[in-house]
Amino acid sequence: MSATSTTLAAPGGGRRAKDAAIRGLVYLSAVVAVVPLVWILVSIVSQGLPAILSAAWWTQDLAGTTDRKAGGGALHAIIGTLEIGLVTAIVAVPIAVMGAIFLIEYARGTKWARLVSFMVDILSGIPSIVAALFIYTLMITLLGLGRSAIAASFALVLLMLPTVLRSTEEMLKLVPDSLREASYALGVPKWRTVVDVVIPTAFSGIATGVILGLARVMGETAPLLILVAYARNLYLSPTTSNMGTLPTMINSGRNVAEALPGYERVWGAALTLIILVMGLNLLARAVARASRLKDR
Amino acid sequence: MAKRIEVENLDVYYGSFKAVSGVSLVVEPRTVTAFIGPSGCGKSTVLRTLNRMHEVIPGAYATGKVALDGVDLYGQGVDPVAVRRLVGMVFQRPNPFPSMTIYDNVAAGLKLNGTRNKAELDETVEKSLRSANLWNEVKDRLGRAGTSLSGGQQQRLCIARAIAVKPDVILMDEPCSALDPISTLAIEDLIGELKEQYTVVIVTHNMQQASRVSDRTAFFNLESQGLPGQLVEVDDTETIFSNPSKKATEDYITGRFG
Repeated sequence: MSATSTTLAAPGGGRRAKDAAIRGLVYLSAVVAVVPLVWILVSIVSQGLPAILSAAWWTQDLAGTTDRKAGGGALHAIIGTLEIGLVTAIVAVPIAVMGAIFLIEYARGTKWARLVSFMVDILSGIPSIVAALFIYTLMITLLGLGRSAIAASFALVLLMLPTVLRSTEEMLKLVPDSLREASYALGVPKWRTVVDVVIPTAFSGIATGVILGLARVMGETAPLLILVAYARNLYLSPTTSNMGTLPTMINSGRNVAEALPGYERVWGAALTLIILVMGLNLLARAVARASRLKDR
Repeated sequence: MAKRIEVENLDVYYGSFKAVSGVSLVVEPRTVTAFIGPSGCGKSTVLRTLNRMHEVIPGAYATGKVALDGVDLYGQGVDPVAVRRLVGMVFQRPNPFPSMTIYDNVAAGLKLNGTRNKAELDETVEKSLRSANLWNEVKDRLGRAGTSLSGGQQQRLCIARAIAVKPDVILMDEPCSALDPISTLAIEDLIGELKEQYTVVIVTHNMQQASRVSDRTAFFNLESQGLPGQLVEVDDTETIFSNPSKKATEDYITGRFG
């Protein structure tokens, strides 16, 4: 150790100046990162709030209205977004959770696990429009089916699958082996150990991952634009070729002039989408908290 | 209830590494046998071969014979899951299931093997908790999380969980090494009571504990790191601690090494 590095004297002016400069830069970066978020939130809330405060917004669709006519609501798009999200989750979650169980509980460290892991990594890097075009090619060009809400769900499955699989995998890894051993030592077969010990232990984490994965795909737009036609009326069947959703409702109104009633509805749809996604995030937190046993 | 264990010429491997070589010993029913020896001598490994728990580690296998009342646990068509129903195990660190209540922890072995009868479960839970000397402490809070208990209580909960499936043998792998002296005493008293009904085998690093709780003691040793562990001798605990027949045993128990 050299003599200079052990002196206790206060740092010289050069070092102080450097410290101040870097410190300022770091603080500024933090502010710059937050500004767009606050800006977006403020503009969406202030412009979208009037539209969503009416009861009609949550109870009526846009049947019979035009961009020039006031009235109607976003029920068709809210239901559409929730329904497509639900169908996506019903298909994606079992595959993702069972895939993660395969990787962690049955194939850990084998070449199969590495292969599947690699594939999942590739899948998670696929842009949503590519997933949408893949489903378009498969279901519409190849199989000759028409556009439909369920086709959009399948494209979203491709996007949700890798995120939920990865998060479930991480949660299963957190379950200590000592619990698996305790279960085996009671003469419990492996599959029951997985179902009744490992999954309940990791449940809140898995559920959180599922909800966050769902929140993530609900805002996706490209698959909805390509695979299902936007409708102003409420349609419920998943096989319908026309279904309104919040992202496509925003898209359909993007050219409406500012003075028209339709303009306000676009902001309302954006705010509603944010509320849905935020609600899911809060739900994820609540689930994480509620499924813990007492005293923990 | 309470069966005799015969181990003959047991070798245990982890992949190509031979961890234990040529172990032969007999454990009589309704006795406590302690496995002692320095770290890495293979005593825990031998313990885990008695209910085939070593097989949980990929690449681990054993050759030789381990028989429970004459039935070879490694025989053709023997299901390791069935073996573990007869030979239960308590681990070094208390490991109650965090997703389950105290009640469910004790009932886990029965429930996960298909018992649904509420009355039968209630009875087994109470009996097992009483046998583990834990009933009076937890009877008013059976619905709380098993992990809400203290470390010593958790370990007794794990013992209750192990005996709830009515095994013939209970294996304990350093069950007190994570506990304070008072909890240790409670577990040691409990071991004394358990041997009235079960065959107990306990691995311990604590020689006083071995002399306090066991009837027979087996001393394991290894000649040097990297060589397989071996059983040096097994005898009545009194003999091992007062007049062992092998020099290595005497050196170990008098603290000259290990």
